Amino acid sequence: MPPDVSSAAALVFDGVSKRFGAEGRTVTAVQSVDIGIEAGKVAGLIGPDGAGKTTLMRLAAGLLRPDEGRIRALNIDVVEHPLAVQSTVGYMPQRFGLYEDLSVQENLDLYADLQGVAKADRPERYRALMHMTGLAPFTRRLAGHLSGGMKQKLGLACTLVRPPRLLLLDEPTAGVDPVSRRELWSIVYRQVREQGMSVLLSTAYLDEAARCDEVILMHEGRRLGQGSPQSFSAPMRGRTFRVTAPALNKRTLQTRLSAVPGVIDAIIEGEQVRIVSATPHLPDLSAVVEDGGALRTAPADPVFEDAFIARLKGDASMSSAHARLAEESRAAAAGAGHNDAVIEVRDLQRRFGDFYAVKGVSFSVQRGEVFGLLGANGAGKSTTFRMLCGLLPVTAGEVQVAGVDLRHAVAQARARLGYMAQRFSLYENLTVLQNLRFFASAYGLHRARGKQRIAWALEAFELTDYAGAGSRDLPLGFKQRLAMAAALMHEPEILFLDEPTSGVDPLARREFWQRINALAEAGVTVLVTTHFMDEANYCDRLVIMAEGEVLAKGTPADMKARFRDAEHPDPTMEDAFISMIEAHEQRKEAAA
Amino acid sequence: MKAGAAARMRLGGMIRKESLQILRDPSSIAIAFVMPLVLLLLFGYGVSLDAKHIPLAMVLEEPDADTASLIGAFRRSSWFDARGFDSIQAAQQAFDRREVFGIVWLRNDFSQRLLTRGEAPIGVIVNGVDANQARITQGYIQGVWQVWLNSYASSKGVELTQPVALEPRIWFNAAVRSTAFLVPGLIAVIMTLIGAMLTSLVVAREWERGTMEALMVTPVRIGEMVVGKLVPYFVLGMGGMLLSVAMALWLFDVPLRGSFWLLTATSALFMLVALGMGLLISVFARNQFVAGQLSILITFLPAFILSGFIFEIGAMPAPIQVLTHIIPARYFVAILQTLFLAGNIWPIVLANSAALAVMMVLFLGLARRNMHKRLDA
Repeated sequence: MPPDVSSAAALVFDGVSKRFGAEGRTVTAVQSVDIGIEAGKVAGLIGPDGAGKTTLMRLAAGLLRPDEGRIRALNIDVVEHPLAVQSTVGYMPQRFGLYEDLSVQENLDLYADLQGVAKADRPERYRALMHMTGLAPFTRRLAGHLSGGMKQKLGLACTLVRPPRLLLLDEPTAGVDPVSRRELWSIVYRQVREQGMSVLLSTAYLDEAARCDEVILMHEGRRLGQGSPQSFSAPMRGRTFRVTAPALNKRTLQTRLSAVPGVIDAIIEGEQVRIVSATPHLPDLSAVVEDGGALRTAPADPVFEDAFIARLKGDASMSSAHARLAEESRAAAAGAGHNDAVIEVRDLQRRFGDFYAVKGVSFSVQRGEVFGLLGANGAGKSTTFRMLCGLLPVTAGEVQVAGVDLRHAVAQARARLGYMAQRFSLYENLTVLQNLRFFASAYGLHRARGKQRIAWALEAFELTDYAGAGSRDLPLGFKQRLAMAAALMHEPEILFLDEPTSGVDPLARREFWQRINALAEAGVTVLVTTHFMDEANYCDRLVIMAEGEVLAKGTPADMKARFRDAEHPDPTMEDAFISMIEAHEQRKEAAA
Repeated sequence: MKAGAAARMRLGGMIRKESLQILRDPSSIAIAFVMPLVLLLLFGYGVSLDAKHIPLAMVLEEPDADTASLIGAFRRSSWFDARGFDSIQAAQQAFDRREVFGIVWLRNDFSQRLLTRGEAPIGVIVNGVDANQARITQGYIQGVWQVWLNSYASSKGVELTQPVALEPRIWFNAAVRSTAFLVPGLIAVIMTLIGAMLTSLVVAREWERGTMEALMVTPVRIGEMVVGKLVPYFVLGMGGMLLSVAMALWLFDVPLRGSFWLLTATSALFMLVALGMGLLISVFARNQFVAGQLSILITFLPAFILSGFIFEIGAMPAPIQVLTHIIPARYFVAILQTLFLAGNIWPIVLANSAALAVMMVLFLGLARRNMHKRLDA
């Protein structure tokens, strides 16, 4: 559809393409994109990593020059007059653009100077901004000593110090806890209401689409669509269902539902499986349960992510390859059914200087369980993980992994566990095959066994076609597959996955969780950290962490049930998480 | 607000921010003040190109009044610690054990040959492993011998058969202290470090932390960003220079024979050249590691090795001598050594300053031309 080029438009992209040259190859970051954003609206630029969101933001701010097409911001040609645009828009880059060695006040002063805010107007403007962001008590604190959520709000305050007519926010909610995310959205809407500001905000969280007036959906540099959030989800009405089968565990149910023709998406949601049908009818699910076992279905409300998945996949059914992998490994899992704790953690502590990154954490994990550590950045998840893998010495407390006390026999435990670090830790200048060979030798697999495992990895993770490709050039989802294959080279009993789905697109995330399901059914114990609240549903049990402490533990259903009340008849994991964090904050204030 | 007032406000904001960052960041203070201190102390006290107290073996095969007088001459000289041996074998053993660095061998017919033929009947053996030290030692031995021979001859009323009497006189650095010549040159190295390395590092840090991107989408002009960066580091670099000069004058007793104001003016000029190099590096290096490596490789090391600060340019092979002309520190070292040890020698100061001025315009101009408020430029 052609973009709206009326004078009321705050930002117009007209057939914009941008290519980057890197080492002799050209990468097309943005391909013929048309966007029109009405003044006084909040538009969301939504898409997974690598969709071209940051490139579009930088193009709009005049930081990049398009190879093709025209961009007008507030009726000014961005390519011709970048400085004029930069004098009227507010732009917050991904890392907030703060000077960490300056105080809150000094950061504000700098941006007020740069934006030409008159000295006389400053006290009142500062007061308003500090009140709005709740930073008033911290004006003398160095920005580097603020929490992630506070940094984000300070970055926003600096951008708003002279109210811009167009506000560009590049992934302001990435890596920020859900409470701060909600606050940010309310500040943004207040600006729109009070100042008539126009806002373009990018995000990789598909669930934030519902908060926008207008959504621009991006994938791999192309615009998949633009419209109101409802216009995306409305066509999905009648195509989404919740399915339960008492005789099957939820992961088995999900795996089987995925394989049904006509089902384009099946995800675990609490104790149920939510499916999206290719047509407005319930597909024939009779093959899912054997011998006429019970299968209950109920219609469900469509969400934005359904529309995204549907647009990406069209009417194609899900690939059956992982389903096959799962079926095979299920057979192998038949023997490994005994229920014993493979990980025991008691009163775990880790101190850095006088800062407790982890304090008093206790939990136990059963064999074959998928166990989650859920929390915002800085909650202590990765620190806990590193201690469990023997990468970081324990300050105090007991840790048993696979029956081995980690304080005494790290090497013995390590041979039995696989670890996939954040950002995947691959050798990017090696090919896929070379990476696998390296990890096989690093785990001490002898020749024949190594060959056999590499062949398995290439097949099971569908990497055969990419064996000769450089790891650097792989899409993020494939990097993740390769990293997981590498961590599984020596067939570990326990698999640790640190933020495995961070930045990976929703399709790749789905594939990833199917593999995890298959592994868990084969008796592998899986520990996973995530800050995606909806991923908590995939876990058998989880702990919620904040500031190094465990706030709650249990099954996802238990956690949500605790917060079910009249106002929230069907609470989400995010609702539960936010109320736990708020209760934690209140306890802290009461104690202080 | 008027355009001029807004520009002043932006520039003021940039300078204030940069100064606060310098004050808060221990590493920039360390590079500006601790590093000069360490380098000066190291070169002032630790590294010396002079030979002093060289252990020397004197073989006296037949001691008598003449040999005693000669060994006395060696002992009195502060260059040598002379030890007597009665045979060359014993002296060689000490030499092999590295207890002595050289041997002066006075044969049993020393006094006889001295009187009859009036020529040098001494044998000199020097450890040639360290060629520099060996040459210096050899020279000093010859010096002591010559002086002793002259006084011996005049005391005996004997005319020496030497056609030319050597009477050395050393100008500019009469005490032949290498400190007096190293310390002024060191100032050039220190200012290169502050100007080029610190500047390129802090700009790279802005890229790494993403603050550069935020700055670019403000009304600030490139020129204001550049000046906002230059001013605080200029002040810091001149501070480092003053510290070095003060230490040179009062700690190492280096004379300042030229004018202090001329020294300050030429230092300011060189500071701008160094800042220009730093900015130019920062145009191409967007992370601190690359910026650090580049500035060490193309500014610090050449200033150290090719500027004539330690190694005399005239003694380098011809192609290397040509290469030194593109090293800015070369011109500043010449100015520094002139101003400290000789005085206001205008032809030298002006010629070298002209070269520095050309380089300043070149570096700052190139840096400014290649800086854009865009990420893909």
